[in-house]
Amino acid sequence: MPTPFKGRDVISILDFSREELESLFDAADKMAHFMRRGYVPKLLTDQIVSLAFFEPSTRTRLSFELAAKRLGAVTIGFASEESTSVAKQESFADTIRMLDAYSDIIIVRHRYEGAALFAAELAESPVINAGDGRQHHPTQAMVDLYTVTKLFGTVDGLVYGVLGDLRYSRAASSFILGLTRFKPSKIYLISPPLLKPRPEVKMVLDRAGVRYEEVEALRDVIHELDVLYVVRIQRERFPDPEEYERVKGSYKVTLRLVEERAKESLKILHPLPKVDEVDPALDNSKYAAYFEEARLAIPLRMALLALISGVEV
Amino acid sequence: MEEDRLLVRRIRNGTVIDHIPAGRALLVLRILGITGAEGYRVAVVMNVESRKLGRKDIVKIEDRMLERSEVDKIALIAPQATINIVKDYKVVEKLKVRLPEKIKGILRCPNPTCITRKEREPIEPEFLKVSEKPLLLQCKYCGTLVGEEEVPGLIV
Repeated sequence: MPTPFKGRDVISILDFSREELESLFDAADKMAHFMRRGYVPKLLTDQIVSLAFFEPSTRTRLSFELAAKRLGAVTIGFASEESTSVAKQESFADTIRMLDAYSDIIIVRHRYEGAALFAAELAESPVINAGDGRQHHPTQAMVDLYTVTKLFGTVDGLVYGVLGDLRYSRAASSFILGLTRFKPSKIYLISPPLLKPRPEVKMVLDRAGVRYEEVEALRDVIHELDVLYVVRIQRERFPDPEEYERVKGSYKVTLRLVEERAKESLKILHPLPKVDEVDPALDNSKYAAYFEEARLAIPLRMALLALISGVEV
Repeated sequence: MEEDRLLVRRIRNGTVIDHIPAGRALLVLRILGITGAEGYRVAVVMNVESRKLGRKDIVKIEDRMLERSEVDKIALIAPQATINIVKDYKVVEKLKVRLPEKIKGILRCPNPTCITRKEREPIEPEFLKVSEKPLLLQCKYCGTLVGEEEVPGLIV
């Protein structure tokens, strides 16, 4: 049976409806079930998946590679620009055209915003955006929303706090945009003034009619939150190093603050890597859900690859 | 066009673009891709009195009839402009400008890390209309929003 995902590009989380995301989560549940059972059907045998990472990545690249391999696909690709002909000044467009000729799905990460959309315009094979500059990271948002459904049974009706570098973090932006596909009770956007969300992100919130408020201190709102989504300061995206110095270390979630003021049921998500914005003392607490979130990335990305390839899950 | 009668004579055939905000006539020519090298006779009248705008610019281009698609691009910087198509000294058609849904290739994206700003890539900048009044555009590739005040400085 054809799926609505078959052959589709995955550029922004806003490319997907709530129903489509929910069907993806159902497919991810099936993948998780296969993995627990110890037998994963080789749904992608003979498929070639390109991993075109022009920018560094650990989790996203490895989880996509693992997801593809567990389904029987072959992966090719690279993990930095330096190891490709881009270092010989080959254009991004030409690299994508070559990968399009070699593979069935192209997964791309690039530091330029819009690179994935441009790749999708050039390639016949479906393109999955694994992060374009500060703009989108749709599959991370899928993982995050899937994690919330696993933890709470729903995305709806919860109070969310998104804390940190909301200006340059594509994971934070994509999570916020993804929430507009559901019915959150309220979203607190918590950041120092210099790191507030970009206008285009707030425009989507306004148009979706989602209740949100911009605040500066986690302490003021933490008692209301069901989910706290934390992102690190994206040092590499600051055009001015002095600006980075001004905001460095400007927020931190501590075990003490959480124990004193948060709900018992609070869950903390983080797309990782974390630097110093989350107290390591929280790692083994009942509040930390970020390692579970990283684990769920595998079945979720397996489900996405399978659906994009058009196989029945 | 009473105001400019003393400055520039009427044209026989061609296009008169009226009600351009004062100081933007040269930008209008740039959007239309008219450099002067094409050989058309072009008259530019700047900062003349206007009942509608206070002060305005006017551009007259002889022997060149503008297409609808060209006319609409002018809405980026002159939303109130009126286009008069002149034949044999008579205005045979009056057009209002309407901002198109997509604007391709006229504006540079202000975001230095937008893929359209990357060197040696075969890509043209493209903006989508978010709203006409007030003017708000969004880069198709990087999502950056561009407002009315920024537009004149971004014309390629």
